[in-house]
Amino acid sequence: MDFEDTPEEAEFRAGARAFLDKNAKRREPGSGMVYRAGNEDPKFRQWAKDWQAKKADAGYAGITWSKDWGGRGGTPIQQVIYDQEEAKYAVPRGLFDIGLGMCIPTLCTWGTQAHRDRYAKKALRGEEVWCQLFSEPAAGSDLAGLRTRAERDGDDWVVNGQKIWTSGAHYCDYGVLVTRSDFSAPKHKGLTYFFLDMKSPGIEIRPIKQISGQSHFNEVFFTDVRIPDSQRLGLPGDGWKVSLTTLMNERYTIGGRMSVGVEDIFELARRIELDDGPAIKNEAVRDKLADWYVSTQGLKYSHFRTMTALSRGDTPGPESSIGKLVNGSKLQNIAAFAMDLMEQGGVLTDPDVAPISAVFQQTLMTSPSSRIAGGSDEIMRNIIAERVLGLPADIRVDKDAPFNELPTGKKK
Amino acid sequence: MNFDFSDDLKQLREQARRFLREKSPPATVRRILEGPEPYDKALWKEIADMGWTAAAIPEEHGGAGLGHLGLCVLAEELGASLAPLPFSSSVYLATEAIVAGGSEAQKKAWLPKLASGEAIGTLALAEGPGKADTRKLRTTFRGGALNGEKLPVPDGDVADFAVVVAQGDRGLTLALVDLKASGVTREPIETIDPSRSHARVSFANTPAEPLGAPGGGEALLKRVQDRAAVLFAFEQVGGAQRCLESARDYALERYAFGRPIGSFQAIKHKLADVYVATELARSNAYYGAWALERDAPELPVAAASARICASDAFFLAAKENIQVHGGMGFTWEFDCHLYYRRAKLLSLALGSTRIWKDRLITQLETANAPL
Repeated sequence: MDFEDTPEEAEFRAGARAFLDKNAKRREPGSGMVYRAGNEDPKFRQWAKDWQAKKADAGYAGITWSKDWGGRGGTPIQQVIYDQEEAKYAVPRGLFDIGLGMCIPTLCTWGTQAHRDRYAKKALRGEEVWCQLFSEPAAGSDLAGLRTRAERDGDDWVVNGQKIWTSGAHYCDYGVLVTRSDFSAPKHKGLTYFFLDMKSPGIEIRPIKQISGQSHFNEVFFTDVRIPDSQRLGLPGDGWKVSLTTLMNERYTIGGRMSVGVEDIFELARRIELDDGPAIKNEAVRDKLADWYVSTQGLKYSHFRTMTALSRGDTPGPESSIGKLVNGSKLQNIAAFAMDLMEQGGVLTDPDVAPISAVFQQTLMTSPSSRIAGGSDEIMRNIIAERVLGLPADIRVDKDAPFNELPTGKKK
Repeated sequence: MNFDFSDDLKQLREQARRFLREKSPPATVRRILEGPEPYDKALWKEIADMGWTAAAIPEEHGGAGLGHLGLCVLAEELGASLAPLPFSSSVYLATEAIVAGGSEAQKKAWLPKLASGEAIGTLALAEGPGKADTRKLRTTFRGGALNGEKLPVPDGDVADFAVVVAQGDRGLTLALVDLKASGVTREPIETIDPSRSHARVSFANTPAEPLGAPGGGEALLKRVQDRAAVLFAFEQVGGAQRCLESARDYALERYAFGRPIGSFQAIKHKLADVYVATELARSNAYYGAWALERDAPELPVAAASARICASDAFFLAAKENIQVHGGMGFTWEFDCHLYYRRAKLLSLALGSTRIWKDRLITQLETANAPL
């Protein structure tokens, strides 16, 4: 039992370090969030694109992608090693996660070599940014309940309807889209999957203002949007199968990242004075800190177990699936408890006044989305119960009936 | 990155699992729970013959050279099977205390016998309900004589010797005492988990010898507890995993409202949470194993993390196992209560999570360990 790299891994790590040293600056401790939050800013996006091109040219983008996708043909452990090293540097993160993590793998899996040649390389170099058009107002966790309509018209399809929760729709070049092409088939059988140019006529994008005041997501409206049949992925009616490729990648992309860290609440507990001294000396506070610490460490070492499996070329065990579920609630609880420690002053949001640049106040308002986006806590528990523990899927009333006979959305 | 047990140790775990499924099924646990025997003597002999009691003892003292990683995989299976044995007292506590603090003579006297299973040892700390605050212990060890009463002492009724935590002339001292010596009174006592025997042990001018330097008891005790905490954590993870499997199996078999109860989200989500708790505990226990094996400076933090997480996971798994079993879950006939008893017993055996959380934060703050 050790935490050492194999000689091959050490060599790869040294190469990654050399590349990063030459091309990026080391990150200041505690500044992790700064490099993720800027997707809305065109200057940040340009920085991210320039960085992505450098990575791609050096072979550090698409590490696990096969060569015919334009990737390096490397291993998952190499990806993990690169990510570990890159995390130590002040480089932009996050702009390409959805495109490279979900959209392009789906395109490459279901599309032609011509598709791969045309789209994968540009996406990998950051020249084109992709978004995912899946959820709808009446189809969230129950994604297969979606109603955006696609009708065949000659060599094109004509799309009408609405998508929601689309990150980055307003600055993305392309998107992947799942639609309903047959309303008389059962819900999972009447879907068809496309990719499309986000500048196509008939697309209207409206930002959604979140409770944090930020707008990371959009509503996307489709009015007679024409998509060439050559941009269909999978057969008409097979859209659910294609969607599963995207969703399997989603959990990998979104799982297990944190914003406010356990070190922030320790720091706050050292600074805040309670009746009997610093909060960190108070037993009730220590009880919570210990819980969050051991849970954070548990995830860290679960990740090491996953890496060990990857390092051996094995498929990781189910322990890799728990990060998102554990972190979402923890973020929210840490934020709320930190504000309790600040008492009435905890309501203040001015970063010059609120401790640690108001990170807890921000996290209070952003953490609800981390428990919902990319598979809600409830869906994650279903996944663990069904795929890991082998418990039966819910009894479904909607599986075999024609879609147009099902009640959907909110009952009027 | 090789954060896993070796193939050899995984094979050892597999062998241990098969062996204990046969030799320590719930019927065996119940025999000890309900009957007069303090532990399963035949099983004790068999596991000793296989070298389990000798696993982590240095080879020059009769050890089997499996190391602490070997002991961890055995602990996991012993915990899963609820083996009714004085293993934790003798192997995790008494043996570790003698290895860590014993003189050459003490090691020579006891380690070969502990290795062969011929001798059973234990650690006597608590003095009744309430925190075993080392500043307030009433048991004394002065002028070579031990006086006081310890309650409860795990396996105190069957152990050959005890490491007793006592006040000495120069501060807290561990005393090594032969429990057949004069002035020792022992009386079996009832606990929430009679599958593991406990006793009230009192000393009246009982001759004993110091273990480690006089006055060095505090540090030695912490060291022994840290090492034992990792091993207890593996027992707890083993127990939690077995509870999870038991609840899962029952949820698949039991029908209500025309469907298996395991298809209801109320049950699925409950078991998903138990799974998450068990995996977090397992990963922390692995880190504890790493630190224990190489006696790393990280051991106090790793041990406390493993202890806290495993205590919580086993109790959660045990109580939710009863809940999933519904009314049958709180019958004597079903096995759920065996795990529920053991979960609570183990979570107190080395001090509650409250104490270990305090210890963890103190350690993190003083060692300035990276978070």
